[in-house]
Amino acid sequence: MNISVCVKRVPDTETRIRVGADGTSIDPSGVKFVVSPYDEFAVEAALRLRESNGAGEVVTVSLGDEAGQDILRTTLAMGADRAVLLKGQVTPDGLATARMLAAELEGHDAPLILLGVKAADDDQQQVGPMLATILGRACATAVSSFEVDGDKVRCRREAEGGNEVVELPLPAVLTITKGEYEPRYASLKGIMAAKKKPLDVKDAASVPARISVETLELPPERSAGRIVGEGPDAVKELVRILREEANAL
Amino acid sequence: MTNVLAVVEQRDGVLRGTAREVVSAASRLAGQLGGSAHALVLGGPGIADVAGTLGGWGAEVVKVAAHDALGGYHPDGYPQVAARVAKEGGYGVVLLAATGLGKDMAPRLAAHLDVPLAADITGLDGEGGKVSLTRPVYAGKAFTRITVDASPVVATIRPNVFQPVDATGSGTVETVEVTEDPASWPTRVVSFEATGGDVPDVAEASIVVAGGRGMRDPEHWGLLEDLRASLGDDAGLGASRAVVDAGWRPHGEQVGQTGKTVAPKLYFAIGISGAIQHLAGMRTAGTIVAVNKDPDAPIFKVADYGIVGDIFEVLPRLTEEVRAVRGEG
Ligand SMILES: Cc1cc2nc3c(=O)[nH]c(=O)nc-3n(C[C@H](O)[C@H](O)[C@H](O)COP(=O)(O)OP(=O)(O)OC[C@H]3O[C@@H](n4cnc5c(N)ncnc54)[C@H](O)[C@@H]3O)c2cc1C
Ligand SMILES: Nc1ncnc2c1ncn2[C@@H]1O[C@H](COP(=O)(O)O)[C@@H](O)[C@H]1O
Repeated sequence: MNISVCVKRVPDTETRIRVGADGTSIDPSGVKFVVSPYDEFAVEAALRLRESNGAGEVVTVSLGDEAGQDILRTTLAMGADRAVLLKGQVTPDGLATARMLAAELEGHDAPLILLGVKAADDDQQQVGPMLATILGRACATAVSSFEVDGDKVRCRREAEGGNEVVELPLPAVLTITKGEYEPRYASLKGIMAAKKKPLDVKDAASVPARISVETLELPPERSAGRIVGEGPDAVKELVRILREEANAL
Repeated sequence: MTNVLAVVEQRDGVLRGTAREVVSAASRLAGQLGGSAHALVLGGPGIADVAGTLGGWGAEVVKVAAHDALGGYHPDGYPQVAARVAKEGGYGVVLLAATGLGKDMAPRLAAHLDVPLAADITGLDGEGGKVSLTRPVYAGKAFTRITVDASPVVATIRPNVFQPVDATGSGTVETVEVTEDPASWPTRVVSFEATGGDVPDVAEASIVVAGGRGMRDPEHWGLLEDLRASLGDDAGLGASRAVVDAGWRPHGEQVGQTGKTVAPKLYFAIGISGAIQHLAGMRTAGTIVAVNKDPDAPIFKVADYGIVGDIFEVLPRLTEEVRAVRGEG
């Protein structure tokens, strides 16, 4: 079974964000970019399914600028068979992103499309279910593990207050959360092999964004507060402050 | 005239804590836009019983979609029905809560309406008739102010951020006919296994007690649970990634850049060092309290109040003291 995986290029989570000169985006200088962490789980899940099936192709797709080739190579080094870079604008308009991805994925013969539950930059948690709605496919979000069984996929998902099991007909779209899919590191052999694997670069479908960013700002620094005291003797005073000064209890 | 629709959640026929926040945000915004706030609730037969409550919170019209197939959340059914109600009502803005349910439902709802979604917003303003929204990015390391050039503007609001407004009224109740065919919904919900009992989800709890590697062993979580329970029904449990990775706690409790971003009014960081990825997820909490034996732990740089000390000495005393003061009041 073929599986397509959507991966986004995002700043490493260690990054200290600085606002760029335009006041609406980050200053990318010195920032290390990586495959968004949940998308790595999705790639891992796809690779494991391919390995257990012994057949099928894993294709990774990223929307962004030319620089996206680096993270796509990373997914090829992990073991994906080929990659597609869609050159187009990445904006906070998740529906526009989903439409651009849908235009490409419609042409893939892949009964399963996997995404991360959320991208580590915009954190919108929306592209997967939007993509599914556009493609008219069933979708499960926040999936921590799944099995394909004939023409169905059974998913265990992280729902509020517990774990839910849902069953979807294929073709389907799943968004993957952290579960059993601890991502593998690329081996040296994988990195060498990745250089020869196909990476198509093409223009994304043109879909205008309808969300505009007016400003990007850092939150006010939280000033270091007060050390109330040391050890259990400080507890009484802490609780008094929480009640009387902070009005928090 | 721009009307605002608040899509609210219920569980087992009882309105969720976020319902009032969504109705309040809708009614405040509707006031700024010169329209009125309506509410939509989906649920099983009998769900109309909650309509009066929603009206009392400021919804001028309460739409009730009751159907056997809508008793529990259905990922295909709920968005379809809500999208139809939003479209037929000509709403200019549709708001939901950024809960687990809302995060699953809102993108599908927006896609059915062919409009973008502003997810997990912390600010909403309609002064001058134009809707402007604020949302965290990079898990709270930065905030953007955005505008949406589409109608309706669909947004999910972060729990615990929008204050309830005082309202009086009763609201007109309207029944929504459910004409959709449940047989056409492809997803089958097979089972649900509750993990947290009645403990609220960390993203929704108004008080969070979070533990880190300093707890040393999953067996010690009883101490955190005691503190949590002493703080009342709205208190939830959180965890650092270190303890989730160690398998001590479920991923659903993880706070931070690759976990949940939370904004409770009170956050306890117990034995958590305060790595950048953790701080990203909780720095917008109202009041932060840290307990750590290391006076140089970075968590103290963001905490409002701290105790330097050993968890195993401080925690039991803290629980006792909280019980004592809450018991009095
Ligand atoms: C890609 C990526 C994503 C990440 N995402 C997240 C995320 O979402 N959330 C997250 O939390 N982390 C995240 N991290 C991990 C983060 O970098 C830290 O490793 C993690 O937060 C540390 O957890 P901790 O504070 O529990 O443990 P530690 O850093 O080990 O801190 C333990 C603290 O407990 C204190 N302590 C120990 N014993 C006692 C005692 N008896 N009494 C009092 N205090 C005591 C110590 O002084 C120390 O400060 C991420 C990392 C990466 C690389
Ligand atoms: N520019 C992009 N290119 C490829 N995949 C993307 C892109 N943006 C988002 N995605 C996918 O959608 C998921 C959810 O993103 P979001 O809805 O923005 O949180 C990500 O984890 C990716 O799998």
